[in-house]
Amino acid sequence: MPNSEPVLVVEGLAKTFTMHHLGQSLHAFSGVGFALYPGQFLLLKGPNGVGKSTLLRSIWRSYMPDAGQVWFSHSGGRIDLARAADVDIAQLRRSDMGFVTQFLIARPRVSAEEIVAEPLRRAGLSGEDALADARHWLATFGVKRDLWRAYPTSFSGGEQQKVNLARALIRPPRLLLLDEPTASLDAGARAALVARLRELKAAGVAMIGVFHHPGDVAALIDGEIELQAKEVRDVAV
Amino acid sequence: MTMMDRLPPTLVAGAPLLRMTGVSRRFGRVTALEDVAATVWPGEVLGIVGESGSGKSTLLRMMNLEDSPDAGDYRLALPDTAGNLFDLDRFARRQLCARRIGIVYQNPHLGLLMGHSSSGNVAERLLMAGERSFAALRARARGALEASEFPLTRMDDPPKLLSGGMQQRVQLAKAIALEPALLLLDEPTTGLDVSVQALVLDTLKRLQRDLAITMVIVSHDLGVIRTMADRVMVMRHGRVVEEGLVDQVFQDPQHPYTQELVHAKL
Repeated sequence: MPNSEPVLVVEGLAKTFTMHHLGQSLHAFSGVGFALYPGQFLLLKGPNGVGKSTLLRSIWRSYMPDAGQVWFSHSGGRIDLARAADVDIAQLRRSDMGFVTQFLIARPRVSAEEIVAEPLRRAGLSGEDALADARHWLATFGVKRDLWRAYPTSFSGGEQQKVNLARALIRPPRLLLLDEPTASLDAGARAALVARLRELKAAGVAMIGVFHHPGDVAALIDGEIELQAKEVRDVAV
Repeated sequence: MTMMDRLPPTLVAGAPLLRMTGVSRRFGRVTALEDVAATVWPGEVLGIVGESGSGKSTLLRMMNLEDSPDAGDYRLALPDTAGNLFDLDRFARRQLCARRIGIVYQNPHLGLLMGHSSSGNVAERLLMAGERSFAALRARARGALEASEFPLTRMDDPPKLLSGGMQQRVQLAKAIALEPALLLLDEPTTGLDVSVQALVLDTLKRLQRDLAITMVIVSHDLGVIRTMADRVMVMRHGRVVEEGLVDQVFQDPQHPYTQELVHAKL
């Protein structure tokens, strides 16, 4: 893998939350650096509350990093995700990056198959082809056929998570971030998830993941990023 | 703020559809807008949030050229427009708005003739743009109402006989009848029942996906903005206090006011 160019190079990344109403800052992490290569799977490790999810969200830019660089080699060049324009981030999320979380963002009155097909439609696939693919992945993750046209807003947590996985993994991105995707999954869906991740890895997708039970994906892991615990500091703002 | 400055866009092709800079407006002693800038890219949905009096609706009315600022520049990247749109006279403004900009108001009385038929309300917009054949008018009005998921069996009923949700669909049909380059939405679901609100938002989402219409949506309801928008501007006292991707602004708000706003949501 080190023969190829890295997909992601993180340098000196830091995140602190400023809570204005308390006049306090909450330090999440600082000085984080690592490189990630195509087809590589890095496990993000560390005790609870150390900022693993925060790191993923800072790369995805749901959180604004305070310092450091996140160099991402996308299909059109190289960009620093920590400082890229919002519209550029929005475009990369549609084309080159994926994020699997524990939560489905269900929308009122949008069916499971429509939600899953959406990333393909946005990428320009025809409605019918996208739907056919969506149904394939709903079946693979074990969502019953009766539910495909129903609204996931009314599904149980486990079923919502399957819809979420089908949507997040339907289209291979260049970089995939995984935040505890196995939480609340039954054994069948977990096996389907591991199989899909193996397939994506073989196709060259670079992945960083947080797993409560890393044993689920042990065979896929190429390396680890260990986040060190830092004490929470109260700093006057 | 410790946040690093964001770089200018490098990946999106072409120019922004809408660019406003330095827009200020006073009403007597009240400052409604103070040096506001806004940029909207083609196909994007920009949300504007803020409490009453924040200037968000005033800004939207400026985008619809209903009012002129004391200072400011407004440009749309359209083949038939050039220069600062605030310099256009009333006639040119009306032409531009009728052809290229659609708007849906919170209050349907502002957008519709409540006693005329719904199809007539939509056709009026087409008439303004020069369509004269009755058959073509009716067919296009019907198409726009259908796209807005309005029940066609009621297309000849006047809006005053319709429910709030249906009135908003007529406004929407009128707004999209000419396939505008820009669709402006001013609290389009405020005051509707929650279930009706979800249906109208679903229609808007669908239109956005199918037609890739560029939209600006103003709402005090963070849930509406979260559902609809790609990016959001937070306004307070006539100024933009924060701007960002919708998930970032809601999950990691930077400005004290945005933090208050986000934490106050149930």
